[in-house]
Amino acid sequence: MDDTAREPRRDVKLKTQSVNLHYGDFHALGDITFDIPSCAITAIIGPSGCGKSTLLRIFNRMNDLIPGCRVEGGVFLNGSDIYDKDADVVALRQKVGMVFQKPNIFPMSVYDNLIIGPRHHGVKSKQALAEIAERSLTLVALWDEVKDSLHKPGLGLAVGQQQRLCIARALAVEPEVILFDESCSALDPESTMKIEELMLDLAQKYTIIIVTHNMEQAARISDMAAFMMIDGQKVGRLHEYSPTSDMFISPKDKLTEDYITGRFG
Amino acid sequence: MKKFKEKLSGRVFFALALSSISALALITVFIIVQGVPIIAEVGFVNFIFGMSWAPSHGEYGIFPMIIGSVTVTLGAAILGVPVGLCCAIFLSEFAPARLRNLFRPAIQLLAGIPSVVYGFWGLLFIVPFIRNVLGGPGLSILAGAVILAIMILPTVISISEVSILALPRQYKEGALALGLTHWQTIRSVILPSAKSGIVAAVILGVGRAIGETMAVIMVLGNAVAVPTSILDPVRTLTTNIGIEMGYASGPHRQALFATGIVLFVIIMALNSTAQYITRKK
Repeated sequence: MDDTAREPRRDVKLKTQSVNLHYGDFHALGDITFDIPSCAITAIIGPSGCGKSTLLRIFNRMNDLIPGCRVEGGVFLNGSDIYDKDADVVALRQKVGMVFQKPNIFPMSVYDNLIIGPRHHGVKSKQALAEIAERSLTLVALWDEVKDSLHKPGLGLAVGQQQRLCIARALAVEPEVILFDESCSALDPESTMKIEELMLDLAQKYTIIIVTHNMEQAARISDMAAFMMIDGQKVGRLHEYSPTSDMFISPKDKLTEDYITGRFG
Repeated sequence: MKKFKEKLSGRVFFALALSSISALALITVFIIVQGVPIIAEVGFVNFIFGMSWAPSHGEYGIFPMIIGSVTVTLGAAILGVPVGLCCAIFLSEFAPARLRNLFRPAIQLLAGIPSVVYGFWGLLFIVPFIRNVLGGPGLSILAGAVILAIMILPTVISISEVSILALPRQYKEGALALGLTHWQTIRSVILPSAKSGIVAAVILGVGRAIGETMAVIMVLGNAVAVPTSILDPVRTLTTNIGIEMGYASGPHRQALFATGIVLFVIIMALNSTAQYITRKK
């Protein structure tokens, strides 16, 4: 990819406006406001426990599963508030897919894993489902590796393959945004590289948000970087948000610099 | 001295542990010794498939009782398993924590009610209800099935709930993240993933139903005949032993032990199937 194509300049896909998140009495995220550009990779970085995953899970409302979790402020996808009381969470999650830290292949065949999304979203014809399966597997460069074992258990694949299958499964739903929650942290370097290449590929068409502990990874693949820190009250805040190249070359202040150069965290 | 104490306590625990195993061994040996000769005398096929049970005439066919046990147990499973499974799904997936903490001990309490109380309650309420509403004598397969369905609930509910709760949280999150509704997630991901535990729950429930004696003795009518409808009275393998043990002697008593062997084999088979299924996972 040439450099001009990697300038974050496109329209805003997701937007948060003064978002505060509480788990019961615990104030986890404080006053988060930022715009996420469409068709780019945005990396959320920061030390453990600063609320990176919590922030990521705001975008597909995964935090809804946690009892006592409250979100205030506005979160907008394509300009409409996803936390509006009339918002359809199920439809939101079809638009905003997610890949988890550990591959979470369901205990069923590779094929059934792939089509479980589309099948429930109304794709009935067997042929259409088979096409979706092949297309998604091809996108993650897994088709050649598994085309002969589509009906074998997905859990029989190697971990790196499983994670790519998870990505394919998310792609099968045809989302607009894909969230990656430390999705390479359980993988070996080679599988990690494959997935990074894949993310760069996907970023041409999809909006990608990743949470990562790996600074090199953030530097290698992200267009925008959001650095989070906890303040004195243990509230997670967005400390700096800028194009990745700017942040890694000339960080806003000493704190950002110390973190990205690995002096703490 | 210290070493001696350690050694001694180890031995004591071993001896006590051994005694519980040896109780099992003793009972097994005893019923086999008591029961096998009569099976040999009557003939295995005649014993299992014989239609006539008339100990005073030396006829020992337990087929009507096998049919009785199977129909009552099947009925209990048909009535109890869907209810139990729904209850397990409700508790593990829908119930707020406070309700769950209320339900769980209540269900465990069901398991603590003495079976004679179930039987008595069935005799006073279920049997007259069936007689008045559906006709027949009331003492029937249906009455037994209803009572047993309630009695197997704690087993079915707790084991299937545990197997659902034991699933990795990532399965549920993964399915929801794909845009499946909660119900689709339960049906297509959670239940299939917990399948082996649920099957084991059903089998153990069935094992409990087939072995139950006291509750069904009071509501089944205990007639030794192959039933033609669920409103007919039947006798099960267990109730056969329970009813006649008091006055049986000689070959009659041996035949009751032989009935016990058949029960023993059925329940062993069910339990080991359940164990095999859960372990395979």
